[in-house]
Amino acid sequence: MKKIYILWLRQIKKYLRSKSRIVGSLAQPLLFLLALGYGFGSVFQKAGEGNYIEFLAPGVIGMSIIFTAVFSGIEIIWDRQFGFLKEMMVAPISRLNIMIGRTLGGATVATAQGLLVLIISLFFGFHLSSVGAIIPAVGIMFLIALLFTALGTMIASLLDDMQGFQLIINFLVMPAFFLSGALFPLKGLPKALAFVATIDPLSYGIDALRFLLIGEVHYGLVRDVTMLAIFTSVFLLLGSYFFKKVEV
Amino acid sequence: MISVHNLVKKFGDFTAVDGVSFEVKDGEIFAFLGPNGAGKSTTIKMLTTLLRPTSGTIILNGGDPVANPDAARRSFGIVFQDPSLDDDLTAMENMELHGILYDVPSKLLKERSKELMQFVELWDRKDSLVKEFSGGMKRRLEIARGLLHHPKIIFLDEPTLGLDPQTRNSMWEYLKKLNKEEKTTIFFTTHYMEEAERVAERIAIVDHGKIIATGTSESLKEQTKSESLEDAFLSLTGKMIRDEAATPADQMRMRHRVWRR
Ligand SMILES: Nc1ncnc2c1ncn2[C@@H]1O[C@H](COP(=O)(O)OP(=O)(O)OP(=O)(O)O)[C@@H](O)[C@H]1O
Ligand SMILES: [Mg+2]
Repeated sequence: MKKIYILWLRQIKKYLRSKSRIVGSLAQPLLFLLALGYGFGSVFQKAGEGNYIEFLAPGVIGMSIIFTAVFSGIEIIWDRQFGFLKEMMVAPISRLNIMIGRTLGGATVATAQGLLVLIISLFFGFHLSSVGAIIPAVGIMFLIALLFTALGTMIASLLDDMQGFQLIINFLVMPAFFLSGALFPLKGLPKALAFVATIDPLSYGIDALRFLLIGEVHYGLVRDVTMLAIFTSVFLLLGSYFFKKVEV
Repeated sequence: MISVHNLVKKFGDFTAVDGVSFEVKDGEIFAFLGPNGAGKSTTIKMLTTLLRPTSGTIILNGGDPVANPDAARRSFGIVFQDPSLDDDLTAMENMELHGILYDVPSKLLKERSKELMQFVELWDRKDSLVKEFSGGMKRRLEIARGLLHHPKIIFLDEPTLGLDPQTRNSMWEYLKKLNKEEKTTIFFTTHYMEEAERVAERIAIVDHGKIIATGTSESLKEQTKSESLEDAFLSLTGKMIRDEAATPADQMRMRHRVWRR
């Protein structure tokens, strides 16, 4: 337990110490809120969909979470490059617990990032349906974060170096974000796109966030949470399976 | 304490360790000498559960590290040839993390961290981030950290690389003391012949993944009719310089450096 805690703490410390990373990873959500939020605002309104910022903010929160989370998972590659992975791998702690400590740490960091974006979006005109909704919303954010940190861990266990990193971002993270309904409503989509959204775990995460934060929902909260829980468990299992096979 | 039989490690078609067998007794100080790329680090990595042997058997502290890695990991400490500190943490945080991973009780952890960091003269820098350290300071911290949990066996892969003579001497004093008082078994590699001669009770010379000679430094000198261990080493391994192929890890580090610029 204490060993998991210390690995968790390590992730948190590293995050808090890299001010440039915090600021850098806020730039993208800010840009989305500004450019899309205000840019598409009137079109969205005319289409009878209401206030776009309200709709967009949960999507942008989801975006900042998945980018931070996948990145936290992928940091294992850095640990390998700088050698610290060896120190963890020879210690009397099971690979599973290393993975758990790291994943919890990465997920905590990603959730914090999501919360930060939530607060920022309030300044862009985002309104919470109720302040109390923040607590369950943080729970959902943490589930999303866990899922994608585990995914990042899995990818990092399969890659030797950062060469494949851009590929992963372009072919996995970007599509997961753009096809999730983070930017557009899921109702009335072409069949193919609607199908893709149902196999994108982020769709459920963002749908649940929308329900909790602004009271709009597409799939329904029960389905959202169930699907999210299933996806998260599967990726945690996959992540630990592949992490076990890592040789230094 | 360590018993290795016919150990082999292949990377693709390349055989890095080619049927190595040796014994290290309880409380012994044992040195592994060999030219660059001989397979020393690869052997250590197999002994310490970081790499899976292609074939062969290892018994470490009475157990099989391949079948039961957790028990093996509890029994040894290691100082790696390459850096393995977390640069974004402070020196003290690196020590603490290690102590917790190895179940060192917190009071003992505090005492020993202080003792060891004073010993390697880093105590007044204990709250500095490791990335602010010089190469030698990092090396000293690695050594202090490796000794923190007083393992039964300690593996040192070129521990003194890049250290000044003062630090090298005092490090060996400390290790010898540990070896006497706690019967710690010490397995080390080095390229400094005089160090092996002075410290090691027995020496194995490896080349191209094979052990080509084992014995005390005296017996190795006798065997080769040499004046010094260095001459014995050279007569056993030849005078040719080995061009060691860069490992993928090295290449990666290079790329990373370029990328960070
Ligand atoms: N992961 C790897 N993949 C492929 N080849 C490897 C790998 N690790 C080591 N090798 C090769 O195995 C051989 C032995 O390497 P090793 O690191 O064990 O040498 P060493 O005896 O420790 O040398 P040095 O004195 O330079 O540290 C080298 O030729 C090296 O290129
Ligand atoms: Mg080596």
